[in-house]
Amino acid sequence: MWTWFYKLASPPYVYGAAAALAPWFLGFAALAIGYGSIAGLAIAPPDYQQGEAFRMIYVHVPSAIMSLTTYTVMAVASGIALIWRIKVGHAVAAASAPIGASFTILALVTGSLWGRPMWGTYWAWDPRLTSELILLFLYVGVMSLRSAFEDPARGDRAAALLAVVGVVNVPIVHFSVVWWNSLHQGATIVKLGAPSMPGSMLWPLLSMWLGFMLFYGAVLCVRLQGEVLNRERQASWVREAIKS
Amino acid sequence: MTVGTWEAFRLLVHRELCLSFRRPEQLVQPLVFFLIVTTLFPLGLNLQLSLLRDMSPGVLWVAALLSSLLSLDSLFKSDADDGTLEQLVLSGQGLTVIVVAKTCAHWLVTGAALVIVSPIVATALGIPVDAFATMMLSLALGTLTLSWLGAIGAGLTIGLRRGNVLLSLIVLPLSTPLLIFGAAATDRAISGTSVMGAIYFLAALCVFTCTLAPFAAAAAVRITLE
Repeated sequence: MWTWFYKLASPPYVYGAAAALAPWFLGFAALAIGYGSIAGLAIAPPDYQQGEAFRMIYVHVPSAIMSLTTYTVMAVASGIALIWRIKVGHAVAAASAPIGASFTILALVTGSLWGRPMWGTYWAWDPRLTSELILLFLYVGVMSLRSAFEDPARGDRAAALLAVVGVVNVPIVHFSVVWWNSLHQGATIVKLGAPSMPGSMLWPLLSMWLGFMLFYGAVLCVRLQGEVLNRERQASWVREAIKS
Repeated sequence: MTVGTWEAFRLLVHRELCLSFRRPEQLVQPLVFFLIVTTLFPLGLNLQLSLLRDMSPGVLWVAALLSSLLSLDSLFKSDADDGTLEQLVLSGQGLTVIVVAKTCAHWLVTGAALVIVSPIVATALGIPVDAFATMMLSLALGTLTLSWLGAIGAGLTIGLRRGNVLLSLIVLPLSTPLLIFGAAATDRAISGTSVMGAIYFLAALCVFTCTLAPFAAAAAVRITLE
């Protein structure tokens, strides 16, 4: 039963699997994001306090969650690559970093656009906002460290170590609204007890979250193919894969 | 001949300190940088003492972070350039011990020196004498934590041509909690409210990095030297 797990360490298998999975991920992502956008932007009732502006949540929250999820995926892949010396792990981490940085920028930009009408300011030096910004710097650091080495294998391992060290920031971002008195609102969905949101608002949000996750999967699959091909360009299977 | 771990640690710290004191300009430069940066702020801020007093904890801490960062570059660089680091790795001692010794010695000549100089800067910035003890304690904890974080960054950037810029890019994001709690402690000491919350947080960060960062830094050196 463990063979599928071992197969994940083999570049040709991962290349094939990524190529096969990408269209599925993309299709379901389009469905989930499509439903979430229509239901969230048109059907869900306006918030009693924030009015129509609350609809920013349908982009802001999924991208913020995905910025953390992507970092965690990157750090876990890096850890696996460092500990068991599995090269595919480095490819997953390298493919994830730019996607995660994009999610982080999206979360920061939508957050500040939302903050302007609600808080009266685009930016506040609030723990949640600051730690999210640090997350962006960490992504940039990991990416630039990887490209700074002339020997790509060394760059991979250095970036992997930094990704693992930087994982301390993930719980800080997540719990910052709990630990500090924050301008940012607290947890609405993921908490003990019922979510503080009616179903008509909640379902589109969950759909958007799922859609963003699937979209990440799709982009990861596409980027991963490129990473694997580039890393394995000397291997004979690559020649066959490109010919066919 | 092999030596015990403690003996190796002691010898290495001794060697590092000797090397530093033979080249005093390397010791003095970060401190001078610290002094210059903190004097530039009042010049740029129109010399309003009330404004200055509000900003002084932040100015002090940012200058301290930058000047520690300035000296981090040399933590492994000269030893890696002339091959000493490789010899140390091959010496049979654990790499972690070597990293711990080098980092401790580095903190003694940069962080501790900075703590000693800080009252001069604090006086110039208008920080009251009552707040000096808290400020120096917070700086001591903060610079030690920064040395550990910096050891990871310096280990990762050994042998890179433009490693200095990259080192800042790696270490500064990780050091923001230090800046927040360090400046908060100093700020509260000036206004006379309770400082222990921030100090405890700094101490926790210091213990956290002291216990885990040596292993990460040793792994970093191993990766870049391989």
